[in-house]
Amino acid sequence: MTHSGSSLPDLPNSTSTSGPMSEIRSPPPDRVLEIVLENVLHFLTCRRDRNAASLVCRSWYRAEALTRSDLFIGNCYAVSPHRATSRFRRVKSLTVKGKPRFADFDLLPLNWGANFSPWGSALADSYPWLEKLHLKRMSLTDDDLDLIARSFPSFKELVLVCCEGFGIAGIASIAANCRLLRVLDLVESVVEVADEDEEVMDWISCFPEGETHLESLMFECVDCPVNFEALEGLVARSPFLKKLRLNRFVSIPQLYRLMHRAPQLTHIGTGSFCASDDVAVGDQEPDYASAFAACKSLVCLSGFRDILPDYLPAIYPACANLTSLNLSYADVNADQLKPVILQCHKLQTLWVLDSICDEGLQAVAATCKDLRELRVFPVNTREEVEGPVSEVGLEVISQGCRKLQSILFFCQRMTNAAVIAMSKNCPDLVVFRLCIIGRYRPDPETQEPMDDGFGAIVMNCKKLTRLAVSGLLTDQAFRYIGMYGKLVRTLSVAFAGDSDQGLKYVLEGCPNLQKLEIRDSPFGDAALRSGLHHFYNMRFLWMSSCKLTRQACQEIARTLPHLALEVIDSQEDKADDHIEILYMYRSLDRPRNDAPKCVTILQ
Amino acid sequence: MLAKEHGLNLKETELCLGLPGGGGGGGEAAAETLRTTGKRGFSETVDLKLNLQGNDNNKEDLDDNLKNVPKEKTLLKDPAKPPAKAQVVGWPPVRSYRKNMMAQKVSTEENKSGSATTEKTASSAATATATATAASGGSFVKVSMDGAPYLRKVDLTMYKSYQDLSDALAKMFSSFTMGNYGSQGMIDFMNESKLMDLLNSSEYVPTYEDKDGDWMLVGDVPWEMFVGSCKRLRIMKGSEAIGLAPRAMEKCKSRS
Repeated sequence: MTHSGSSLPDLPNSTSTSGPMSEIRSPPPDRVLEIVLENVLHFLTCRRDRNAASLVCRSWYRAEALTRSDLFIGNCYAVSPHRATSRFRRVKSLTVKGKPRFADFDLLPLNWGANFSPWGSALADSYPWLEKLHLKRMSLTDDDLDLIARSFPSFKELVLVCCEGFGIAGIASIAANCRLLRVLDLVESVVEVADEDEEVMDWISCFPEGETHLESLMFECVDCPVNFEALEGLVARSPFLKKLRLNRFVSIPQLYRLMHRAPQLTHIGTGSFCASDDVAVGDQEPDYASAFAACKSLVCLSGFRDILPDYLPAIYPACANLTSLNLSYADVNADQLKPVILQCHKLQTLWVLDSICDEGLQAVAATCKDLRELRVFPVNTREEVEGPVSEVGLEVISQGCRKLQSILFFCQRMTNAAVIAMSKNCPDLVVFRLCIIGRYRPDPETQEPMDDGFGAIVMNCKKLTRLAVSGLLTDQAFRYIGMYGKLVRTLSVAFAGDSDQGLKYVLEGCPNLQKLEIRDSPFGDAALRSGLHHFYNMRFLWMSSCKLTRQACQEIARTLPHLALEVIDSQEDKADDHIEILYMYRSLDRPRNDAPKCVTILQ
Repeated sequence: MLAKEHGLNLKETELCLGLPGGGGGGGEAAAETLRTTGKRGFSETVDLKLNLQGNDNNKEDLDDNLKNVPKEKTLLKDPAKPPAKAQVVGWPPVRSYRKNMMAQKVSTEENKSGSATTEKTASSAATATATATAASGGSFVKVSMDGAPYLRKVDLTMYKSYQDLSDALAKMFSSFTMGNYGSQGMIDFMNESKLMDLLNSSEYVPTYEDKDGDWMLVGDVPWEMFVGSCKRLRIMKGSEAIGLAPRAMEKCKSRS
């Protein structure tokens, strides 16, 4: 966000106007170029390109600032809302990200921060024309949602991912007041719902009467019953609705009705996928497959909560066209998966549970030749079990799905050989995240550390930008990463490495590193200091349960004034100087004043 | 396993990496040394305490593993595995959102606890674990803390003891201290003056609503009984919880 000084002069005025009208009509000469520039810059949409353009000179900086309509704030504490709204005057779409990712795993105290309120007030003041708001890992209240609902008459799109702090009342306010709403996506957020005995607010009924502009409605994470009649009515009067993701309180027969109401749907998240109380035993159940056949444009299926695999055949009519299938909340085994997956020739994205076993992965590999993204989640997260997927499954996938770009794989055993095979078979890999659940687990065949496997990944996958490592790893693994991981932007490390040298390799070797999250690894002060030259280029560094001392952090804070070092400790008055959590990020503004007691900000 | 505090001797770690063929005896010592490279800082002491408590259980489980995993390198398969099956906070990195979603489907889980593991040669330990998880189905209770506008849900079956639960909650709620837990992880209800000190302080204490609808101080009953009877948790200031103490002491005395 910093811009170069005024070393470059403004470009000389090259336009010459002549003629009788020129004196009256033409803008001053220096403004002509700016206007031209503004018009040209409108076509520049990528924010990295815009950042580059803003550095050319002051004139370009101003023009770019006036024409940026999509603003991306990667860390809500990197800049104050005021600074952002002062520079960019005509923003229509804003994305803000808050808490660091490790908050998802309960490593961050709940009231740590990332409150939306200050942003809310700044936006209401500065951008009355705001249309889109995307928030990730932010904390927002019902009042915040109410403010959004009432402050922006042109508001069209609200996407909340991994957010929390709000409840049904806030959602209802959005539904009721945003007349032009097209997108309401609530994804993996914690929504406060009433206790079982309290009355649940009927937010679906809060949408206004008449035709809506809704294109996408996702409320899987709103964990309370919905008024189905109102929902059906809403769907029926939303002709533009393409994406609908229901919660588990919507049954299959109800889904059936909704699908027949909205055959134009392209993305469906089913509610619960099991025998319903609505249908009495002995009753003729509707032909669910007909609903899936009716939705001819269906490309993405998810949900399948509380699945009874007997109902899976209902989706057969949709399989041939599916590009995305999310069965990651559905505990199905290989035999139950196969008849489905063998029809999904066009599949590009697949999320599953490891209950499908290596055999299920074999079936995926045999059919889904176009697969780009695979995620395999664990049913059982205990460390000492014999897991259902292993190096066998990974190898088979690597052989069958050569176009793979992104993989997240949880397992209990993995060999270097399989990882090396994947590095060679899938050269397009951009994201490689392997989680061997047993900590410090070596290659079970060779008893070697997993260094060579990950080494091969960074060596052979030349487009790799995101890496997560696991298993028994020595400093050698990090040496490989530092040597070959030149494009790596995000790196996740847990229970790995031998000494400071490991982290040094990475900080010294990876010029594109932006996000580094480390837990429970023996990296200390010396290692931290080796990154001083690079920290301003990073969005953040997270180190928890490592070997850092408060003193070293203080030193760094003094050396780099635009770095905020948050030291988080859950216990007071520790005997030694070692800290529990360091969360460090660049910031242009004063340290935040909304931190809880357990957070000390060194600056 | 000895609960000895090792300094972080990294040289020793390096040697241990080449360990594989060490055999049983070597395995034990190696496991111990390698374990010191596991958790760091204050969490290390917690781990040791758990170790002490869980000692008997560990032996049984290791035996199970040995019996049922047919492959040769059993102990060495995972020489660095901490002997106590302590739940490490945030590991493996599965989002708590996802964990909550998975735990919600209790009834169907019980129906299919067998089928999910038949595909692979499952050790009976694994099956036993799967069935145990299925049977308990998770015990999700809401946790609220006075002053914090947040509610969280925790699965009590994820924890082995009050200390486990205390650690997890400590991480979640920042200024929450449960430093006054005794060695058993329970508030010492027999020591009235200690209890009164705690309740007169501004420290936070956990309370819970039990099956009967009564609000009690956490720690008055054995852990398993607590998991079975706890319906929700509320963390409040000691001074506010003082009204619960007489009732808690009564119930405790009537049980012993």
